[in-house]
Formats: sequence, C-alpha cells, structure tokens
Amino acid sequence: MNWLIKKAHVVDPKNKVDATLDVAIKNGIIRELRKDIETPNGETIDGNGLYLFPGLIDLHVHFREPGFEQKESILSGSRAALKGGFVAAVTMPNTQPPCDHQSVIDNIIRKANEVPFYLFPAATLTKGREGKELSEMADLKKAGAWAVTDDGTWVSDALLMRRAMEYASMLDLLVISHAEDHRLAGGGVMNEGVMSTRLGLKGIPAASEVVAVSRDVILAELTGARLHVTHVSAKGTVEQIRLAKQKKISVTADATPHHFSLTDELCAAYDTNFKMMPPLRTEEDRLAICEGIKDGTIDAIATDHAPHTAEEKMAEFQDAPPGVIGLETALGVTLTELYHKGVLSLSQVVNKLSREPAKILKLPSGFGEIRVGTEANLVLVDVHEEWTVKKEDFVSKSNNSCFIGKTLKGKAVATISRGTLWQKQF
Amino acid sequence: MSILWKRKDLVGLKDLEAEEIQLVLDTAKSLQEISLRPVKKVPTLRGRTVANLFFEPSTRTRVSFELAEKRLSADAINFTSAGSSTVKGETLKDTVRNIESLKVDLIVMRHPASGAPHRLAESLPISVVNAGDGINEHPTQALLDMFTIREKKGHLAGIKVAFVGDIVHSRVARSNIWGLTKMGAEVTLCAPKTLLPAQVEALGVRATSNLEEAIHEADVINLLRIQMERQSESYFPSIREYANNYQINRDVLKHAKPDVLIMHPGPVNRGIELSSDVMDSPYSVILDQVTNGLAVRMAVLYLLSGVRNRAAKKASVHS
Repeated sequence: MNWLIKKAHVVDPKNKVDATLDVAIKNGIIRELRKDIETPNGETIDGNGLYLFPGLIDLHVHFREPGFEQKESILSGSRAALKGGFVAAVTMPNTQPPCDHQSVIDNIIRKANEVPFYLFPAATLTKGREGKELSEMADLKKAGAWAVTDDGTWVSDALLMRRAMEYASMLDLLVISHAEDHRLAGGGVMNEGVMSTRLGLKGIPAASEVVAVSRDVILAELTGARLHVTHVSAKGTVEQIRLAKQKKISVTADATPHHFSLTDELCAAYDTNFKMMPPLRTEEDRLAICEGIKDGTIDAIATDHAPHTAEEKMAEFQDAPPGVIGLETALGVTLTELYHKGVLSLSQVVNKLSREPAKILKLPSGFGEIRVGTEANLVLVDVHEEWTVKKEDFVSKSNNSCFIGKTLKGKAVATISRGTLWQKQF
Repeated sequence: MSILWKRKDLVGLKDLEAEEIQLVLDTAKSLQEISLRPVKKVPTLRGRTVANLFFEPSTRTRVSFELAEKRLSADAINFTSAGSSTVKGETLKDTVRNIESLKVDLIVMRHPASGAPHRLAESLPISVVNAGDGINEHPTQALLDMFTIREKKGHLAGIKVAFVGDIVHSRVARSNIWGLTKMGAEVTLCAPKTLLPAQVEALGVRATSNLEEAIHEADVINLLRIQMERQSESYFPSIREYANNYQINRDVLKHAKPDVLIMHPGPVNRGIELSSDVMDSPYSVILDQVTNGLAVRMAVLYLLSGVRNRAAKKASVHS
C-alpha cells in the first residue's frame, strides 16, 4: 500500500532530523522524505500539528503465550502494542513451557506474523529458568532469540551467571537482568520503608536490587558480556549503573513509566494494581530515576507490560500476582511526566522509546530511525491531546493498569508497522 | 451517645480520630457492668445477625467476640477456614457475599492478609469489624489494651508504654501505636533490631534494642509473643539468647517503676518473654485485659449497629 504523510513534524535524532516534512511510503517502503511531495497515488494522511516518530520499541513485555493465554496472547499483546505506538517488543521467556527451546521461539515468531508487528523474543538463560544449567543459547539464537534472561528469577549462583555471561558474549547475545536478590527480598510484597510499616505489609528493601545489580555489573566487567539491567527501581541502582558506565563496562538500563512517575504511597488502599516487581519505591528513588533518564544513565524506557486477569488481581495484596500492563499508556505517561514537565525534549523521548532500544538490541537499520529505503515503522503522535485512561478502553486482554483514571497528555494517533497502516485515530 | 459514631466499619485505628477512640472506651465502660449482673444479657442487638469469619486460627479473640454478641442478644454464626479462601479457588469477596446473602448485619473477620478487611469494607454495604489482618492491625485488641491502661492509671495522655517482643510481625503493636499516639501516650518499642519494622520512628514512636532503657520510665510494659519459628528464619540466634536479653522477670523489673503494669495479648510463652513469677504477680493485668476485651467488643458492636439503625431509618423515610 501507498501512503503520503503530509506536513508532520519529523523527529529522528539518529539522522538529526527535526523538521516539518512529507513522507512518501510505497509498497511499505519509505521512498521519500522531504518538503512538498506531490502524490500520484495512495492515501494522504494529514500530519499537520502532529509529530512523526520512528516506531516505538519495547525492551520488556510479557505476552504470556504459550501457557497463560487467559492473561494475554501474542495477538492481543501485539494489538495493544500497536495501539500504543509500538512496532516491536522483546517478549520475556517466563511462559509455560518457558522459552528455553527453539520450538517455543518458532511458535512466537510464527504467531507474531499474524499481525504487522515485530517480536524479538528473549530466551531463558538457564534450562527451565531453574538457575541450574545453561540453556542452549546457540540454538536459541539460531531460532531467533535476541536476548537471554531468566527474568523474574534472578540467577543467584554467581558461577553459573559468570559462565552464562561468557557464553552469551561469545554469541553476542544481550543478557537482561531482572536484578533482585530473592533471599534479601525476604518474601516482601512492596517497597520496604515507612509505607510498608504503615500498611503492615512485608517490605522488599531497595538493597535487594542494588546488591544484585552490583554483582551483575562486576560480572559484566569480568566477562565482557552486554548486560542490560531492566526496570531500574532504586536510587542505588542508578548510582551503580552510572559508576559502571564511567568505568566503560558494557551495561545499559531501562526504567518503566510506573517507576519514573509513581511511588509506594499509592499502595495505601491495598489496590493490587499497584503491586509489581520491582515494587514502586519512594519519591527519592523516583527522582533519581528521572535524573538517570535525563543524564543517560538509564538508556531506555520499557513497559514491563505484565498482564494478569481481573480474577487474579482480586486476591489480597500479599497473594495477588505482581505486575501491571503498560503498552497502551507508556507514550502518554512519558510525554506527560517527562516531556511536558521539562525532563526530556521530544528528541530524547524518541531516543528512550525507539533509538536506544534498537541500539541495545543491535537491530538492523530502519529501526529507531526514519530512513529512506527501509520499511516504514512509524508512529504519528499528538503530543497535546488529553485523554483519560479507562479500564474498558484497553485492547490488551487484561486491564491491570496503575494509571486507570489518570488524565494523560499525548497519544499515539496512528501506527504504521511493517509497512502497513495499522490504526488511525483521527 | 452513638450519635457521634459515623463509621460503617472498624478496620483499624490508623484512620480513627482521638474522639472516636474515646467514645469506644467510654461506651465500653458503660457496658462493663452487664457482665456483672446475674442475667448477663441485654436486648440491644436482638434480631441482628453477626457472622464471625475466621480465616486464621484464633481462640481468645473469637470466643470474646462470640460472647460479646451473645451478651447483646445478637444471633451469631461462625465460619472458620484455615488459610485464605482463595486457596480453594473462591475469592474472599465471593465467600463474604455468600454470607451476606443470608442477610447478615455485621461481619467480624480475621484474615491472614494485611488489608483484606479494608478492601472488603469498601465493597460491602454491611459493617465490617477487623479482628486481625495479617501483620497490619488488630484494633479491638489495642482498644482493650488502652481501656485497661485507662482503668488502672486513670488516663492515657502522658502515659509511657513500652512494647517488648516481635514488633515487626505484630498487628497488636501496630494498632496500639496508632491508638496510643493519638491519645497522647508515649510509645517505646523494644526488640532485637531484626524484629523492629523499617523506619518505625516515622510513626512518632521511640525504638530501642536495650531493654533497660525501654522499661526504665515505663508506666506499662506490653509484651508480645515470640514465635518459635522466627529462630529458623534468622531473626535471632536462639530462644535462650532472646530470653536472656528480653525476658521480663523479677531482676529486670528492678529497673522499672514499682507500679508498672505488665500486659500481654496472649497466649503467653511462660519462661520466654515473661517469667512465670511475674506473670502471676500483682504487676500483671493480663486477665483484666481478657475481661475488658469483652466490654470493648460489645461497645464496638453496639456503636456500629447504631450507624446501621440510623441508615435503615433514613432509608425508610425516603422510600
């Protein structure tokens, strides 16, 4: 199909484009990018007053398939992502069976082809995510894995982690760390501090994350592996990563919209939509994360989109599964909390949500940028539109969002993914 | 009197005003003599049904509530279930809705999850009384503790209360902290550092690991039960070492005021947190606490049913 996007403000920091331009797409490929293109055929999209970003890329999602299709499927998760302006996502391997075998990767990639969306699956670091033996990383990479991680189950065995990182670095596979020392977390269900004491809920000290990140960073230095610390939640973690980057250790990091915009005070009503791992922490942590995002210590913004059914979230706070969905609100929250509040410029927003994720994953050209001759993966954004997050509006199978009822400023209004116009909301 | 009480539920002392606590204690005082009559029963809650839902084992709290209900002529039904109902695949809300469908007027609930009664109270039109939720609150226990202190010392303002024991896992301590600080009492918490909650001083209390320092000026020492399994969870090296450092006994009481009160919510581990001789001495008001618990729970049931009365009258006026 052919489209002409007229007079959109194109923001592409990689190619240093920040101007009002026209974009001509023919047969799904970006053919021209300049002022005043006349179109011979195809649909014209009026981009006047809108911004055009490279399609967003999420480094951390749970699409729950195979095994937990009642929460989300590859199809429903991809649709939610496309609605939120994303064109690609890294799926976490904590499925059932876990993504520790090429057949699981094959299945994920095949399913993703049913919608115009890119999935870059992360495989497990150890067999069955059991933290005992290495997964068959070379095979998994051949099958299509872009990263390895045991996600929610941090590899506590330091020797095994050393070997895993050495092996992964040999294959140039990204190692993602959900850094939390489970013993130190002590069975907690929210951040340890004044709020956990006030609410009578067991706390998880921020130290459980900082200790784990510190070890992983030291092992990255030892092994030369590409380490990516996901969903940074604590001030101490930001400090450890900043230090590691100063020492030129190959470490990158992301933070979620909920961690840079919310705090543990929101657990006060025992609402399970504020229960996640890592937990919401204090205002001091939140500010440190914003600072880390601003100064580049935190490279990217990722959602940790973690759908759970309403029935599961009906359980008591201590018993409910942790996690919140985020794909449909990520751009809105980022624009509201970081752009409109002056923390980031629009170019920096594009860096955090598209360019840096593409770089961290080592994706081919065309991702994280708007380049003539590559497939169109783009999002049109209205940065001024105000909208209220409503439970019934989610495309995801689940609606466990911590932003329900919030008014956000900024929204993806059209997504072009894999060269196809997926949605247009204006 | 009940006209001052406006809450549908009693889920914790955290949200209560000092005047409301005062009202419960005064109401309990006026109801105390019922239990001294030859016929220990008044018709106040006749025709009302109370459901006692215990999702965690309890003897004394359950018996105390049941008796309070009987003294006020309410009909009581009991539902006990080990562990949370979600284990059986039914949500707590559904379990309680089933019971509500039997036209119950008030629910008394103990639950292993902190916050369970708070969420239930929000979603139900009937009154909910928290009989202990996880490690969060046990409001009627704190109210009966305060009632006992007031009875023995005449007032609460300025009274120094030391809590000694497993503070971090104690819902009794948390409710007492909220209640006592609102009533102007001074609270000191004493435990090995491993058994003190994070940043607990932010709640307006003093925390120490030195027993002598904690009890030196105390008017009341309220002891908390030490669970044997905390040793295997590395909270302290041994029961022996705990008792050596934190047991209240005759020797330790030499450092305390001569008229200090010894309290304990029970059940007591004799010879661990409290020596037998002190437990059976005049310092101890542990059995008075049990007696007062009855009056306090009667007061809570009475006040909450008053709110329901007015709501019903209002509804009938408008219908």
